[in-house]
Amino acid sequence: MKKFLSGNEAFAEGIRLARPQVISAYPITPQTIVVERLSEMVEDGSLNAEYVHVESEHSALSCAIGASAAGARAFTATSSQGLLYMAECLYYAAGGRFPIVMMNADRSTALPWNIYGDQRDSLSQLDSGWIQAYAENAQEALDLALMSYRIAENKEVSTPFMANLDGFVLTHTYETVDIPDREQADRFLPPYETDNRIDFENPKNMAFSAGPDTNYIFKYKEHEGILAAKKAIIDTEKEFAEIFGRKYTGLTENYRTDDAEYIIVTLGSIAGLCRETADKLRENDIKAGVVRIRYMRPFPNEEISDVLRNARAYAVLEKDISFGNEGTVFTNVNSALKKTGLNVKGYNYIGGLGGRNISAADIEKIYTDIAKGTESVNFIGIGGEDNGK
Amino acid sequence: MHEVIWLGRGGQGAFTAAKLLGAAYTIDNGEKYALAFPSFGPERRGAPVRAFTKLDTKPVVDRSQTEKADHIVILDDTLYAPQLGELLKDGGKIIINSKNVISGAVTFDAEKIAAEFRLPTVNTVMLGFLVGLSGAVSAENAVEAIKDYMPLKIQERNINALLRAVREVAQ
Repeated sequence: MKKFLSGNEAFAEGIRLARPQVISAYPITPQTIVVERLSEMVEDGSLNAEYVHVESEHSALSCAIGASAAGARAFTATSSQGLLYMAECLYYAAGGRFPIVMMNADRSTALPWNIYGDQRDSLSQLDSGWIQAYAENAQEALDLALMSYRIAENKEVSTPFMANLDGFVLTHTYETVDIPDREQADRFLPPYETDNRIDFENPKNMAFSAGPDTNYIFKYKEHEGILAAKKAIIDTEKEFAEIFGRKYTGLTENYRTDDAEYIIVTLGSIAGLCRETADKLRENDIKAGVVRIRYMRPFPNEEISDVLRNARAYAVLEKDISFGNEGTVFTNVNSALKKTGLNVKGYNYIGGLGGRNISAADIEKIYTDIAKGTESVNFIGIGGEDNGK
Repeated sequence: MHEVIWLGRGGQGAFTAAKLLGAAYTIDNGEKYALAFPSFGPERRGAPVRAFTKLDTKPVVDRSQTEKADHIVILDDTLYAPQLGELLKDGGKIIINSKNVISGAVTFDAEKIAAEFRLPTVNTVMLGFLVGLSGAVSAENAVEAIKDYMPLKIQERNINALLRAVREVAQ
């Protein structure tokens, strides 16, 4: 069924189809609408879930962890300072191997206080042990909501899943989405079954402490679990395409990269405008391409080094800065190339902080700048700095 | 791409109109795509708000606010300023709900129609004027969008008001 929905509403439709048994919610702009819609769905009986309105984000994730530990499929959602407030629990969820799904509406972090979109909130939590996906549009958001549980609950993976939607430009923008049938969704996503739960018939120790002799083994297993998500993502997307007819491309999505000399690597909803700009530049014989990172964890090391191998230069465009260094996505992309011994010149473009618009002209300038060489780290609209290039 | 900027005050339903236009455009299956979004930020009743609708025959990927519009629809004539003309494409039009004649703009007395159908806001009436004037969507699809996206108990009055506005343009 086609409907004209916002990113938040589309994600809520995907979650309704995923049948979570427990939803813990604390509202925060620009995430609020997703938890409002889910509460309406529980109220009207179209979603049979325990809806727990908690008193903080820390409690929201704690509640989801408790539900998951009881064997339930759990959902929560947050944004910005809310995500930071629940940061302690992110690590508990990941270390406990609880396959919770959380939507994060990507929003700037204080101070200055600001409710608009950038990706500093989620990117600051890359090390927390969660799978991190970034949607470009409302349809992908809905489809991610449905796929996320399949990936997170995969026995080899058993890792929590953070689905990121750019605040406002995705969460609050309406577009046409195709909502899958209930029957198809049920065929795609069976109920959650796990041994990683409290069970009186089969008592076991959960959420325990582990000393120096064994702790690192658990951490290594946690790393293996999130790496196993690579295969689970490919397999899940393949089955998704068979049932619903929509295809996704794994950890990255490449656009006109086969013969591209200049490539922008980015993530989230700005990718569409990058593709349109690449098309325009190709009319003037500038061989432009775009790589959209769909998953930041597990990170697409091989995919990135493969696609950038033959480029003359690349730019990483991100709504993020790790103060005192550079954008975190840039650091990750550079590491991917370094590991395979590639020496392609890379530049970092930081923009869109606090919701500031990134225009087609800004993107065009990135392509023309990197073709002639520029500073290694550039702030769109402000300028570059020589950061050890 | 056909781009519309909606101007109103918080509570006047500018964004609802923006959304209805996008929904109406994409109701038919086929190569039709739309984005609709409000000016982002905290919502305050009475404060000036903008909303945007972008219609195209290919997916709309530019999610930024419209800088040059085909139509600017103003629900409250106190929000009109001549500088708004700078936001128009060549041949674009400003459409204002007003009892007065305003040079450089097309005015309609939308409040009169809204009052007749006991509507507290003029958003669907102004949508009707835009539909009649621009042909961006058919009146039938605009009616379908109201049926799909407005609460049942206010559908009929909004549909009748919209159709009255469409007819008034035709005359």
